[in-house]
Amino acid sequence: MHKRLAAIVALFTAGLAGCGYNDIQRNDEQVKSAWSEVLNQYQRRADLIPNLVNTVKGIMAQEQQVLIGVTEARSRVGSIQATPELLNDPAAFRRFQEAQAGLSGALSRLMVVVENYPQLKSDRNFNELQAEIAGTENRIAVSRNRFIKSVQEYNVLIRQFPVNLTAMMFSYQTKPNFTVEDEKTIAKPPTVDFGKPAAPAKQ
Amino acid sequence: MPKRWLGLIAAGAALLLSPLASGEIAVPPLQARVTDLTGTLTASQVQSLDSRLRDFERAKGSQIAVLMLPSTQPETIEQYSIRVAEAWKIGRAKIDDGVILVVAKDDRKLRIEVGRGLEGAITDGLAKRIVSEVITPHFKANDFYGGISAGAEALIKLIEGEPLPAPSAPGGFDSGANFQTILWLIVALAIAQPFLLGLFGRLKGSLAAGGIVGAIVWVFAGVVVFAVLGGMIAFLVSLFIDSAGTSRRSGWSSHGPGGGWSGGGWSGGGGSSGGFSGGGGDFGGGGASGSW
Repeated sequence: MHKRLAAIVALFTAGLAGCGYNDIQRNDEQVKSAWSEVLNQYQRRADLIPNLVNTVKGIMAQEQQVLIGVTEARSRVGSIQATPELLNDPAAFRRFQEAQAGLSGALSRLMVVVENYPQLKSDRNFNELQAEIAGTENRIAVSRNRFIKSVQEYNVLIRQFPVNLTAMMFSYQTKPNFTVEDEKTIAKPPTVDFGKPAAPAKQ
Repeated sequence: MPKRWLGLIAAGAALLLSPLASGEIAVPPLQARVTDLTGTLTASQVQSLDSRLRDFERAKGSQIAVLMLPSTQPETIEQYSIRVAEAWKIGRAKIDDGVILVVAKDDRKLRIEVGRGLEGAITDGLAKRIVSEVITPHFKANDFYGGISAGAEALIKLIEGEPLPAPSAPGGFDSGANFQTILWLIVALAIAQPFLLGLFGRLKGSLAAGGIVGAIVWVFAGVVVFAVLGGMIAFLVSLFIDSAGTSRRSGWSSHGPGGGWSGGGWSGGGGSSGGFSGGGGDFGGGGASGSW
């Protein structure tokens, strides 16, 4: 009797594991934590911006337009509720991406304008902030990369044969990933505009 | 027949891997703290850097590694160095206190990649300052050794100011949990070992016991030093537990596959490249880059 019960339990467990239910759970959690890391780094960047604007605004008084652009982009980013649920809503996800890309663009414009202010470039405080922002952009890139990989793993998993049935049964859907277009707009500016100006500044 | 199959599989694998291999520079295997692929540093310079970094790891527990290579093209140095960090896993697991200094000599670029656990001690701003004020002046004068060692000293000074868990001294157990794990394993082994000995004979049974303990400790404690030590203790205990067997000291090294794995950190002395390995540290992309 006991033996039969044990066999049934074993079969059930094996069946559940075999149909990929556990894998879905594991990958789903992985995607979530990768996403949290992305949000975390975006938040870090958003937190740095008021500081940056305060540091440069005295010296860059004529560049009101650029500074306002950064501040507005920052507040647009802040107005979007960045919750984990964002992941399951492609439209909201796209809006979030656009806001972040807007901030990236505004920031890179600011950094280009900074080139005209040697006074800023020799300012220690500003250099520190610039390094923090460059580092944060890099962290964003790394966390996005890891997120992309984890989403890819998850999507491949739930679309493959035996697991897709399980996914259908428990209504797990593929998750939106960073698309190529916004990948370009976001990935381009920071690497070009942050790294280069910083080095000649100290020559 | 099997040979042809092997050939086919190899060809398929090569085909699959080729786009990756042709596009990006491969991360070199981690063999020592200082890896110079450009042949810029002399052997004695590598040696002295290595021993400085090793001493620091013994004293503080944090790992610092240096990689010098000709170029990271087509990737940026940031993209390349995060791949190095992911492959090498410098720094202790969970503490994530590793730092990697990557120098791409022909690109004239360098980067300090900071482990997550040290992002507070070595902020991006400080890393940037080390890059541009400590290292690059030397590099501009073509003094690569001077730049790297000055940079390493600056990093060491920053890390020393950070309260981190004490290093696990070789031979000493600083954590009660680890000690307990090993203790329990030995007890379990004392029960299981007559069976193992009966199955394999004395020497082989003891080796198996040592290997099993080593492997288990490695998996649970995650510290290679403990793994080797636990394995050795288990081996000796089961070798001598009920009779004064012949002492074959040369036997211990062959249980490496279970407990020894890489022997990282165990090196009581000897060669500088005595099997250095990362401790499992995690990196999140912090640090700073620069050029000269």
